[in-house]
Amino acid sequence: MKNTLRLTNAGTMLARILLAIAAVFPIVFMLVSSLKPDTQIFGDMSSVAAFLPIGNISVDNYTAVFDRVPAARFLINSIGISAITVALGVVINSMCAFGLSRMQVRGKRIVFGAILATLIVPFQTLALPLLWWVNQLPWLEMNGFSLELSKGWLDTYQVQIIPFIANAFSIYLYHQYFESIPKELDEAARIDGAGWFKIYRQVVMPLAGPATATVAILTFLPAWNSYLWPLMVVQSEELRPVMVGMQYFFQLNVSWGQVMAYGSLITIPVVVMFIAFQRSFINSIASSGVKG
Amino acid sequence: MNKKVSRVLVASVTAAALIGTLGACGKGSASASSGDANEITMWTHNAGNVEELGAIQNIVDAFNKESDVKVKVQAFPQESYNDSVVAAASAGNLPCIVDIDGPNVPNWAWAQYLAPLKLTTDLSTHLPSTVAKWEGETYAVGYYDVALAMMARASDLKEAGVRVATIEQPWTKAEFEDAMTKLKALGKWDYPLDMGTAGTGEWLPYAYSPFLQSFGGDLIDRTDYQSADGKLNGDAAVAWAGWFKGLADQGFMATKSGKDSTQDFLNNKSAVLYTGSWAADKARTALGDDLVVMPTVDLGKGPKIGGASWQWGVTTGCANSQAAMDYLSFSLKPENVAAVATATGTIPASTGAAALIPAFAEGGVNRDFLTYSRDYALMRPETPAYPIIANEFGKAVQDILAGADAKSALDKATKSIDTNIKSNGGYKN
Repeated sequence: MKNTLRLTNAGTMLARILLAIAAVFPIVFMLVSSLKPDTQIFGDMSSVAAFLPIGNISVDNYTAVFDRVPAARFLINSIGISAITVALGVVINSMCAFGLSRMQVRGKRIVFGAILATLIVPFQTLALPLLWWVNQLPWLEMNGFSLELSKGWLDTYQVQIIPFIANAFSIYLYHQYFESIPKELDEAARIDGAGWFKIYRQVVMPLAGPATATVAILTFLPAWNSYLWPLMVVQSEELRPVMVGMQYFFQLNVSWGQVMAYGSLITIPVVVMFIAFQRSFINSIASSGVKG
Repeated sequence: MNKKVSRVLVASVTAAALIGTLGACGKGSASASSGDANEITMWTHNAGNVEELGAIQNIVDAFNKESDVKVKVQAFPQESYNDSVVAAASAGNLPCIVDIDGPNVPNWAWAQYLAPLKLTTDLSTHLPSTVAKWEGETYAVGYYDVALAMMARASDLKEAGVRVATIEQPWTKAEFEDAMTKLKALGKWDYPLDMGTAGTGEWLPYAYSPFLQSFGGDLIDRTDYQSADGKLNGDAAVAWAGWFKGLADQGFMATKSGKDSTQDFLNNKSAVLYTGSWAADKARTALGDDLVVMPTVDLGKGPKIGGASWQWGVTTGCANSQAAMDYLSFSLKPENVAAVATATGTIPASTGAAALIPAFAEGGVNRDFLTYSRDYALMRPETPAYPIIANEFGKAVQDILAGADAKSALDKATKSIDTNIKSNGGYKN
């Protein structure tokens, strides 16, 4: 019996290791290839050497990346855009979900249904109308010491942030999570004199950590990976995010080592983000019954 | 825990404030066509192409020194450049000068993105494939062209007993097939020929429609550009498709080549590489004198290659189109054209510029490419329907390589093209 159990455990462990290897290999290949010249990348392709940092290893590709692309600028832009979108997304979407989950408002089911319905509309179909709209919207600009009203958000940071703050899926996630928090807690807080905002801030949100972590990751990833929208609305190089930078490398003679080096650079923040929130993310996904 | 929530709220308020700040300091300087009359904006597809962008910037700097109106360059990545332009056109935000991939010029002219050019430059000495015309007007002009060719190692050809094809005597269809058979018999490569079959997008019509044309077919009937029927699905086209698929069936080429055909060729994974002039310098550096560059195959109607590369045009909404025209005229000086062609390793557009570049002057190592471009280049159909033609032809090529019936695949492409042309009123001006 003990031996059978050991064998089963060993089998499970082996399966896990194989799955882990399959998941990690592309990343290892990218990191290793980023250190090799192009000829060697293709030369090693048909052997295990493709995954090993052997041969002519150097950081030349990384140096070349910074020569070809303002990578630091793109990274800073993406970090700023993603962080602000996440921070505002957490507050706006949780407040919306709180209202829909906790407050007794007539028609809230219809509103919630309408919000969920937007999930089936792909962004590509909205892109052009949205582009037209953002080009009509006003904005306040500093001109010396006076504020002036300008028209059009094209070629700005805000056009890469504001349209993506409100998010139907985040509202849904928060809503489902808030539904699992006993309403008696609200009533107890109300008896203690708390208003809606205090209940939101001091009772419900502190219990919704896993949902917040999930929303943070699910908002961060598309913001970080954003490609089509910045292409359409941003013309100045100094405002571009990292994903647009990847296309800088696809010239007639592609330098694959540089592609891998840039890929490695822009993957690191995503991996760090996931590792930081891993436990909460899995808890939230498990508790809300949502598969990624 | 409450502190945590407070922190999130504070962070969010800070974030909101940051957006406001970014709005003030993070505004780019994309000026629309109707922008500042003393500055015109120019868009190019060269972001990341350090050499070409540098050469363009040098021309702009030289122009700005002597002009009251300044040109400002904004570079976009090539892969997504067309999307950026179309989006800007939708928002009424096009710049004054744009660069355009040659075959798309008629479409952009028809869509009224581009205005006819009025330049002071004499374009008669330019390669015809570098001057884009539609309905009798010139809409764009380029500094360079590229040419398709076949590259091989002289030592491999000698070992297989295959003669080196020349401009005077390109390989015939029978010679080409014989060469492939002999090279395959050497047993050194899985596939002796690499035609870049993993390529996508514009590569498919650019690379493979010349073979179709050498068979006697075409992408469209060029008499009035209203139908592809009989040209894209006629007997010659079906024969071409059979021949092309046959190269894979006989084991001469892979139905899907490696991601980087040039690199595979340099790593000796293929004997003959079908590619463009852009790969020549890299291959010559790696192989030295062993590299031979040969014209493409004569499949019956002479060797053919696609004409037209990136070109420059002026948009219809440009508030200062005279300055834009002045800039383009300035930029077409032989020394400027030569500088761009040198930086990119491409074929200079004018004879004056070619004379300034040793590699392309008489007897130069790249002179043959200029000859290919002059003698073999056939413009991709100069019609606004070209984007749909290219797309449908590309799909047909991929279907044929995947094993689809050639006639059915070509009929399907023809039908889609004809339907599109009809639904757009024949793309009349």
